[in-house]
Amino acid sequence: MGPPICHPKGPIMTGITAATPPDLSVIRASYLAQVQRRRLYGSLTLLIFVMLMIAGFNIADDRNAGGFWAGLGQIGDYPADVLSEAWAKRADLPVLLWKFVPALIETINIAAVSTLLGAVAGLIFSLLATRGLAPWPRLIPVFRRILDILRAIPEIVIALVLIFVLGGGPVPAMIAIALHTAGALGKMFSEVAENADLKPVEGLSSTGASWAQCMWLGVLPQVAPNYVSYGLLRFEINIRASAILGFVGAGGLGYELRNAMSWGPGRFDEAAAIFVLLFSTIVLFDQVSSRYRNRLTEGQMT
Amino acid sequence: MLTIDALTKRFGQKIAVDKASVVVDRPAMIGIIGRSGAGKSTLLRIMNRMDNATSGTITYDGTDVTGAKGAAQRAWQSRCAMIFQQFNLVPRMDVVSNVLHGTLNRRSTLSTMFSLYPQDDIHTAIDILDRLGIAEQAAKRADALSGGQQQRVAIARALMQDPEIILADEPIASLDPMNAQVVMDALRRIHEEDGRMVIANLHTLDTARRYCDRVIGMRDGRIVFDGRPDQLTTGVARDIYGAGADFSESATSTQISTLAKPGRPALVPA
Repeated sequence: MGPPICHPKGPIMTGITAATPPDLSVIRASYLAQVQRRRLYGSLTLLIFVMLMIAGFNIADDRNAGGFWAGLGQIGDYPADVLSEAWAKRADLPVLLWKFVPALIETINIAAVSTLLGAVAGLIFSLLATRGLAPWPRLIPVFRRILDILRAIPEIVIALVLIFVLGGGPVPAMIAIALHTAGALGKMFSEVAENADLKPVEGLSSTGASWAQCMWLGVLPQVAPNYVSYGLLRFEINIRASAILGFVGAGGLGYELRNAMSWGPGRFDEAAAIFVLLFSTIVLFDQVSSRYRNRLTEGQMT
Repeated sequence: MLTIDALTKRFGQKIAVDKASVVVDRPAMIGIIGRSGAGKSTLLRIMNRMDNATSGTITYDGTDVTGAKGAAQRAWQSRCAMIFQQFNLVPRMDVVSNVLHGTLNRRSTLSTMFSLYPQDDIHTAIDILDRLGIAEQAAKRADALSGGQQQRVAIARALMQDPEIILADEPIASLDPMNAQVVMDALRRIHEEDGRMVIANLHTLDTARRYCDRVIGMRDGRIVFDGRPDQLTTGVARDIYGAGADFSESATSTQISTLAKPGRPALVPA
């Protein structure tokens, strides 16, 4: 990467070298060499990337039952079926929408409860895993690995195991999403907490406050807007996640959608109604939370 | 050459620039002075078309550039380079790459995304850096440089655009007096050697006096003075800054000689 920016013997050497500044052609040559090297690395990366793309595509295409290119022409068939049937029965749509509102509420409930539980767990873990705040600094790596593991296991895997153990229903989905949320939020929370000012904490601990008091009264007021903002973002994500977990038997809108879709023609109007509900709910919460998050982060600046 | 006619910019109720009219018939070094909030920056930003005027026109060589859109707008922007108070370089990229950004308007988006600049351009960039006395810094990252060096990289980027006009928005306001002098000398040299028009917002009177052929004074969005530096008497300066009789010119100075004067009066808020 070119000449070192700061030579270890800098102060002594400059007195001698400053008198004879390096020749312009030397600067040109060394910069061009640097550019060549960078381009070489860049094109190698690009080459590897392209090869991975081609190889990955070929493997996927070989394994695919129908073949990608053969199936490409039929990609619009299923949506066309659903849409035409839903359009034909469009008069029933308001009734169907109303029918699925309880399932929608169940889905949102799962998301809300799991976000809250996950956020509380994430909060505790994040403070335990943040350098400068943790009560047991030696255990920081342990708590970080726990967060990593919680984040690494997909919700759907935890949900499948729990459904096998506990039986179908919203509780396994809730636990699964809460665990994943704890891992994801814990990581984000601890990144925010790392940037918190430690002086208030020092001030509080000088009064004889306990660790929990220092965190609650010294750190949380600083990080609260960011935490709420991340929590809202996670809530949006969890609505989607809880709808998907319905597919594996966790109840809510996803469960109804799977039933409607696997039933095939004849109940496509129900599938369409569920799509409409799910889509508008996600858009609604997305809009509401993004407005609220904007206000939180803007309020922080003023 | 450059004609600004009744240029007005409104932000809601507030008028930032109020019917400003300027005619420049040959390349000159022009300084714009005035208090902060007088509309100097807005005027420059409208000239570069980073902001749009509410009304009025800017004409250059017979072409109205006030309403230019898309490619025409970007072509105009590449003809009138801008230099900022905070340098506005890309910190994580090396100095030469930052200078090469001056060619972005001429090159295709795809090739610049992969930093594929022609070798001639790279040579030109290093030559410009050498002209500004910072060729040794060529391979360093922009954020590893001092403020004065960064501002010279920004000037090099502007020169790389090969512009007819250089707009400088408070180019020395965040520099120490030594570096301020180096940067102003560079701008003056560019005007004299290349014959480019330089329009600079300056926050100090003495810099305007020392470097500019023509000084424009702005107050509350209006142009209240337009003339040669020697016409800029203390009385006129008081008018421009809206200051009372206690106004002292050295209070706005950053020049070393003025600062070193014994018995310098304390900064009096205007």
